[in-house]
Amino acid sequence: MAVQCYIEQVSNYRRRVGPVIEIRIHGRGGQGNVAAAYILASAAFEDSRFSQAFPSFGAERRGAPVTAFVRIADKPFSRRCQVIHPGYLIIQDEALLHVPGVTDGLLPGGGILVNSTRSSAELKEMTGLDMIAIPANALAKKILGRPVPNTALLAAFLTLTGMVSLDALVKGLGQRFKGEVLERNTRLVNEAAKMVPVGIWKEANHAANA
Amino acid sequence: MPQMLEGSMALARAIALCRPQVVAAYPITPQTHIVENISKLVADGKLHCELVSVESEFSAASVALGAAAAGSRAYTASSSQGILLMSEVLYNIAGLRVPLVMTCANRAVGAPLSIWNDQQDSMAVRDAGWIQIYCADNQEAVDATIQAYRIAERTELPVMICVDGFVLTHTMEQIEMPSQEQVDGFLPPYCFARALNSAKPISIGTLVSPDFFSEVRHSHHQALLNAKAEIVSADEDWAKVSGRAGGGLLGVEGDPGAKVGLLSLGSVIGTLRDALNEYPEAGPAKLIKLRTFRPFPTEALLETCAGLTDLIVLERALSPGSGGIIGTEVRAAFAGVADAPRIHNFAVGLGGRDIPLNIFPRLMEAAKTASPIPFAIFDVNLEKLPESER
Repeated sequence: MAVQCYIEQVSNYRRRVGPVIEIRIHGRGGQGNVAAAYILASAAFEDSRFSQAFPSFGAERRGAPVTAFVRIADKPFSRRCQVIHPGYLIIQDEALLHVPGVTDGLLPGGGILVNSTRSSAELKEMTGLDMIAIPANALAKKILGRPVPNTALLAAFLTLTGMVSLDALVKGLGQRFKGEVLERNTRLVNEAAKMVPVGIWKEANHAANA
Repeated sequence: MPQMLEGSMALARAIALCRPQVVAAYPITPQTHIVENISKLVADGKLHCELVSVESEFSAASVALGAAAAGSRAYTASSSQGILLMSEVLYNIAGLRVPLVMTCANRAVGAPLSIWNDQQDSMAVRDAGWIQIYCADNQEAVDATIQAYRIAERTELPVMICVDGFVLTHTMEQIEMPSQEQVDGFLPPYCFARALNSAKPISIGTLVSPDFFSEVRHSHHQALLNAKAEIVSADEDWAKVSGRAGGGLLGVEGDPGAKVGLLSLGSVIGTLRDALNEYPEAGPAKLIKLRTFRPFPTEALLETCAGLTDLIVLERALSPGSGGIIGTEVRAAFAGVADAPRIHNFAVGLGGRDIPLNIFPRLMEAAKTASPIPFAIFDVNLEKLPESER
């Protein structure tokens, strides 16, 4: 019976997995970099998709540049390799754009979302790359009272991509936060979502999805 | 209902479901989150057990040994140098035939210092007399941990559950946690027949003279061989409870009619599974997951490999000066077997080196050589080394 059971389990993977969307999140140790990845993966799960999140493996310290990764797909997948060519980058701190390698490996046509008070045009001039900026720290400070960029960035990212619903994001947040903190984060989700165009990075017409 | 959990968090909850009475551990990356989470469960009043903070891994293993010898269900966990510091006690636990479960969050062994994942640590203690089970994903790690207590308690052998450090322990993924009722039904309270009891004093760990040592060793070896049946039955019975199985001794998937087999263990199985689907042009392959490394599943391996022309053995450790550890054992298993496949042996992913999806077509290509490859570190870049060391 166990043999049959094992064969059935693994046969779920026998089909071609199809697109696995890969996202790399850049931040600084202590900024909630891994938390952002875990919340995004949880949100995808709440929307009945398959997901995985993991930190860059290493000895991390507060303030140092750190990365975390998320994979999202419609079907089960089981790969454990590193994310080399992400379809999207979420950058939690604008200053990280000056760190060499931050935009390395991004798929052609991939999207970059940055926490910054500068305009997207200013950032393009600075880096030569197309990216979308939102002032996530300021927004969080206004609503949460603390400059933690995660919730606003994730809400903006999901609005741009339509990858996972904002309701699912709130459910994902609900696994970490309760009461007033959750309520304020929910408000932050709605505020941040208004700051970016809806669906311009939609998976269906996005080159990074190829 | 499945939920999203970090591997270490899921393992801590799985341990708690097994109702351990004593947990002793010393933190070491990447095992730390497991014990931190257990400690939090105890602090929150969700797990009632004696949590002993010790000053080293040697003491962690010693406390767990003492607790288990006194009849408690006990647990410890470590990685890398921590496993090596425990090694004297690990031999004692097994030699004394004390049932105990531990997690090895697999990590490279220094020097050079590396905190990243390979499997040199558990391989270094493969001869200690423990059962060793390797997990392909966090769901398997949860299920194998629960099965491990039943196996340990029925065989009076310690069980090491090997879980790739970081790659599994720090990854959040979809995991189905069993209910307390399911685990309680599978794992009734345990009564160790030889438990230390001051009312009926016995000695354990006494000196054994040469006229009995060989018999003790034979008995231990035989106990491990006999444990195969318990490992299979624990997986069968857990499948009846949970609907999930780990594959017993060996898990087999991929193309059943393939002429090439790929044998490996641990989390790389997941990458290879996806790669088989992503690279159909590389040719059909049978994917063999070595779930149980000790006891070594010779018969199951021979049966699984019948009809293969080539078997590629992929491992995450090596014995310098000899070559592959598992490769050598697989070759020994085929000694004297007619129509044995050609065996190629590679080490990959040492000290956290990435194992990409395209390793699969590259391995399939490498296996087309005129004579089989005895051993090589597959992803070594010789240009980084001086000429004399290539």
